[in-house]
Amino acid sequence: MRHIYADNAATTKMSQAAIRGMLPYLDGIYGNPSSLHSTGQAAKEALESARAVMARGLGCDPREITFTSGGSEADNQAIRTAAWLGAKKGKKHIVSTAFEHHAVLHTLEALEKEGFAVTLLDVHGDGLITAEEVAAAIRPDTCLVTVMYANNEVGTVEPIAEIGAVCREKGVLFHTDAVQAAGHLAIDVEKEHIDLLSLSAHKFHGPKGVGVLYARKGIPLQNLIYGGAQERGKRAGTENLPAIMGMAAAFEEALAGMDERAAHVTALRDKLIDGLGQIPHSLLNGHRTQRLPGNVSFCFEGIEGESLLLLLDDKGVEASSGSACTSGSLDPSHVLLALGRPHEIAHGSLRLSLSHENTQEEVDHIIRSVTEVVEYLRGISPVWRDLQSGKQNFVIQ
Amino acid sequence: MALYSETVMDHFRNPRNVGVIEDADGVGEVGNAKCGDIMKIYLKIKDDVIEDVKFETFGCGSAIASSSMATEMIKGKPLSEALALTNKAVAQALDGLPAHKLHCSVLAEEAIKKAIQDYYEKTGADYDKSIFPACDSCDHGCCHSH
Repeated sequence: MRHIYADNAATTKMSQAAIRGMLPYLDGIYGNPSSLHSTGQAAKEALESARAVMARGLGCDPREITFTSGGSEADNQAIRTAAWLGAKKGKKHIVSTAFEHHAVLHTLEALEKEGFAVTLLDVHGDGLITAEEVAAAIRPDTCLVTVMYANNEVGTVEPIAEIGAVCREKGVLFHTDAVQAAGHLAIDVEKEHIDLLSLSAHKFHGPKGVGVLYARKGIPLQNLIYGGAQERGKRAGTENLPAIMGMAAAFEEALAGMDERAAHVTALRDKLIDGLGQIPHSLLNGHRTQRLPGNVSFCFEGIEGESLLLLLDDKGVEASSGSACTSGSLDPSHVLLALGRPHEIAHGSLRLSLSHENTQEEVDHIIRSVTEVVEYLRGISPVWRDLQSGKQNFVIQ
Repeated sequence: MALYSETVMDHFRNPRNVGVIEDADGVGEVGNAKCGDIMKIYLKIKDDVIEDVKFETFGCGSAIASSSMATEMIKGKPLSEALALTNKAVAQALDGLPAHKLHCSVLAEEAIKKAIQDYYEKTGADYDKSIFPACDSCDHGCCHSH
């Protein structure tokens, strides 16, 4: 049976360029970049070339790039750094949004326990905030604004440049979790007034376990990991050079083909949204156009997401859901709840995230499969029976 | 998928006894859409024996599989046996459920008890109310006892 992989927001298949980029560093150039001998110095040179690639892609200086183990570590370090700098000046207030990734939200929760105040902005029904709302939330004691570039579940792309301008004007540090955006949208940290940015290689066809924290010159990073002098002493531990080289190769490839890929993927996305929108009592999550090229997120009334995923898997369609059963907790996705979806609706959610490797024909198969499975599950659902008989009112019209 | 046993996947993919009994003698519905699972069991009862049973379920794979297995286990059985069915027996018959899915088997046990209680209420039978779970525990909140 064929597999249609439509879960690229979870992770992506590594590109051949990324694999080729890694291989020499697993085999020939295995040195430790901290070593003074030739093998070590060859590794050091490669490390710095990768740093330059990442910097070029973000529009910053290579010295502003710190390699991390991925997006979560970068988010933690960025937020901890801003909090530490703020606390030194008695500023202990942070502005963020209600639908950030848990790497951000849980770090903020930890800081709240340490005496910080956190304002989480409402993301409204369409999953978008405005720069004005950020401006209104900033207080004299605000030390950080952290807003994700694009949401991982509903795909909405926030007005980052405008938020950056507001923060710069008010003298507040601005961090963005760009894990879903990097390699898919053009990012320029200078133009967008971004002070701190997190990204992760495996979301753009690079390897897992490696990412970047960009920190604007003059922002002294606080360590999460103490030890050796790697990464200018701000991130100890021998660099994961093969992964870093794979990330750089994947990033370069993603940037070079960005416009072409985005056009292809956006067309598939829109076709998929139109097709799934034909299912009665279905609702697109997130703004219709201000969203990532590959993200499609729907709620289907009267069914539960995990059984939907399992039956789609049987039909070769690999996707994800924000239902409680798939989150491993009793509550459905905090992102869908933040958009104002009631619990019972959020349980019936489906996220399909496409890549440039998906085809029109695959999208046709996805639309057919989802339509069939939703209809089948509704047929065995007591909730659907009550909705149809009028015993309960539809939430999604 | 490794999440579930083969038996769970079989009952999930090919659920037994799905449907509705229009002239059911007892109907039991438990769970809450807010929590992501609702189970509804329909019973046809003759001479204290379950002649037929159907179910409808809104829920995850293990909820559907638990409903299917539980209905198989009580079909054709006297009410006394159906009342003795435990969630553990359902989970065991499914070759186990992941720990965080055990509440699905609890729902199945509760739905059957509720349907039988409904039958007793409808027929005006004199029965021991103490053997039935208080409905507070099955209709509200997302925390089913494990």
